[in-house]
Amino acid sequence: MADPKISIRHLYKIFGATPKRALEHVKAGMGKSELLETHHHVLGLRDINVDMQPGEITVIMGLSGSGKSTLIRHLNRLIDPTDGEVIVNGENIMDYSEAKLRRLRRENMSMVFQKFALLPHRTVLENAATPLIVEGARPRDYEAEATKWLDRVGLEGQGGQYPHQLSGGMQQRVGIARALTSNSDIMLMDEAFSALDPLIRTDMQDLLIELQRELAKTIVFITHDLDEALKLADHLVILKDGEVIQQGEPQHILMHPNDPYIVDFISDINRARVLRARTVMEKTSADPGGLAGTVAPDATLESVIAKSQGDTTLSYRVARDGEQVGVLSMREVVKALVPTDAAEGGLRRAS
Amino acid sequence: MATYDWVFDTLGLRDWCEGAGGDAAPLSMADLIGQSGGGTPDRSIWDLPFPSMDALNDACEAFPQSREVTRGLEQGFLDVKDALSYVLDPVTQPLSWALEYALLAFQATPWWVMIPLLAIVIWFVSRSAGLVAFVAGSLAALAFIDYYDYAMQTLAVITVCALICVLLGVPIGIAMSRSDKLQNAMIPVLDMLQTLPPFVYLIPLIFLFSVTEPKLYGIAIILYAIVPVVRLTNLGIRLVDKEVIEAADAFGMTKRQKLYGVQIPLALPNIMAGVNQTIMMSLAMVVIASLVSAPGLGVLVLRGIRNLELGVGLVSGLGIVLLAVILDRSTKAALARVNAAQKH
Ligand SMILES: Nc1ncnc2c1ncn2[C@@H]1O[C@H](COP(=O)(O)OP(=O)(O)O)[C@@H](O)[C@H]1O
Ligand SMILES: [Mg+2]
Repeated sequence: MADPKISIRHLYKIFGATPKRALEHVKAGMGKSELLETHHHVLGLRDINVDMQPGEITVIMGLSGSGKSTLIRHLNRLIDPTDGEVIVNGENIMDYSEAKLRRLRRENMSMVFQKFALLPHRTVLENAATPLIVEGARPRDYEAEATKWLDRVGLEGQGGQYPHQLSGGMQQRVGIARALTSNSDIMLMDEAFSALDPLIRTDMQDLLIELQRELAKTIVFITHDLDEALKLADHLVILKDGEVIQQGEPQHILMHPNDPYIVDFISDINRARVLRARTVMEKTSADPGGLAGTVAPDATLESVIAKSQGDTTLSYRVARDGEQVGVLSMREVVKALVPTDAAEGGLRRAS
Repeated sequence: MATYDWVFDTLGLRDWCEGAGGDAAPLSMADLIGQSGGGTPDRSIWDLPFPSMDALNDACEAFPQSREVTRGLEQGFLDVKDALSYVLDPVTQPLSWALEYALLAFQATPWWVMIPLLAIVIWFVSRSAGLVAFVAGSLAALAFIDYYDYAMQTLAVITVCALICVLLGVPIGIAMSRSDKLQNAMIPVLDMLQTLPPFVYLIPLIFLFSVTEPKLYGIAIILYAIVPVVRLTNLGIRLVDKEVIEAADAFGMTKRQKLYGVQIPLALPNIMAGVNQTIMMSLAMVVIASLVSAPGLGVLVLRGIRNLELGVGLVSGLGIVLLAVILDRSTKAALARVNAAQKH
């Protein structure tokens, strides 16, 4: 695999008056609630290790208060860690001077915020052009570039408006245009769609997927919504109380959750809609005969069930570009629909 | 015998008391009355005096009387006065010049230039034809009853003082918003400036500067009126949405870009509210400051009180109210325009 674009190494963050001293207790194994009770420090993050690959969407998911915002703010050092390293493009950004950090923020990273964080006294065009204005560009220099990205996110002709004249979804489009105008190869998105209505949210997710197909940026996306995470993630990181409890390919996590917390999390989703043929199939190039048809590896189980019309005796050939990669039997499909128990540890629904 | 003799006796300080007794401080009236009254009357517990400086002085003549405190303060102030004036005089001199020139300029400008000029200014800040008409009408009415010159003097003083308040107050407020330490140190000072009765800080100023100098009342007005603009600038910048500040940082803005491009513009509604209050407080103070030779409508109010000229007092009071309404409405209209431009 290629070198990771961003690499987080043994990252700890403790909030409080003397975090360094509290760190020793945490490294010795003290938990979040005990630390708060006995030392009055909040454990924000504990020993985080994540590699983020170039051109992928890494989704960090967890409940509110699990440390997602704290984690993403370490990537551009809006928050400084108590201990650990963040390596971007092979360099540890903890060693950066203020000027170098500013270069990193201007040229390599951009950020999209939950509540949009637009400048209310600037027009949509000026907001979208913020990264260029920060570099000292004049209106005639930035207008074309900012307009291009506004058009790209579906805001043709809105450049002269003020943010408060737009709806929430449109404001976040400005937020995305602003991030794209910087031409950085890393995009940080902290619950970027959480404040939007469900329908608009789906639109925005589709927009992001479409942009990503075209631009192939390294995206770090934060969400507390599993459906959103599964839709967007190439790599899924699950955070709980400041710790990573599982990370990996989303389909893999769905089939092999390693913690009751994750079992809980995934127990309510529509598995038929998120699981894919390639996840459930048996990998083989042999033809057992009697196959009912062909499906794509990325086809959802839902679409396969629809195709079989509920007949559980059938089997399908799974083929990519006409070449067989596996065989999918409907029996396996039906079995996969039952939530898997945690690989180790207790179960929520023992009954 | 005095009540607290025993204190000095038990402490063994009797000798010290007697030793200094020869050149005791001059007797106070109470002492004289006490002496002429002859011997000490019998005292019950109900008459027990508080062990104040004077009561202790009764028991021991070497102990200072309470008036030594006020006299000491006065002496101390007079001792540092020369040094203080040496520094403050040249520093504050530009204020005198500014006030003198402003008074000259406002009065030298003929009324048929001044009134339209003010109307135009009001139009640009408020974009309200009604307000412009009201301002022009009020000024014309004041001019008609020959109060125009006084009104212009008041306006000149307020313009200079409020301008200086903003020029000093906004940077102070910005500095406070950046440092919790400075904020904690400044807030008691601001509280004091705001709660001290205005007459009280006229007193040291009278000692420091000569009453004929405009800066005397200028400083009094500025000290009194600067508080709201400092407070609201500090507050306004601290209240700027944290996520917007994060966005500014995340896109690599420098401190300066953040201050001028984000913090000040977003704090502007609060800063403007502070400016409005500062102007209103300058107007209140300019009336009191006419006690120390501030020109303008306040002088007439004072004349009304001194000479019991009821009509003069009332009409000039009305003039002040008119000015207050004019200043308040135009700053509020400007504020409303700022708010409308950046509602969230
Ligand atoms: N500045 C801070 N001081 C103290 N505690 C903080 C601070 N910021 C975050 N926390 C704590 O860290 C934890 C994680 O917060 P956050 O990263 O905002 O969670 P999330 O974004 O996942 O909802 C929470 O328990 C929160 O109370
Ligand atoms: Mg958060």
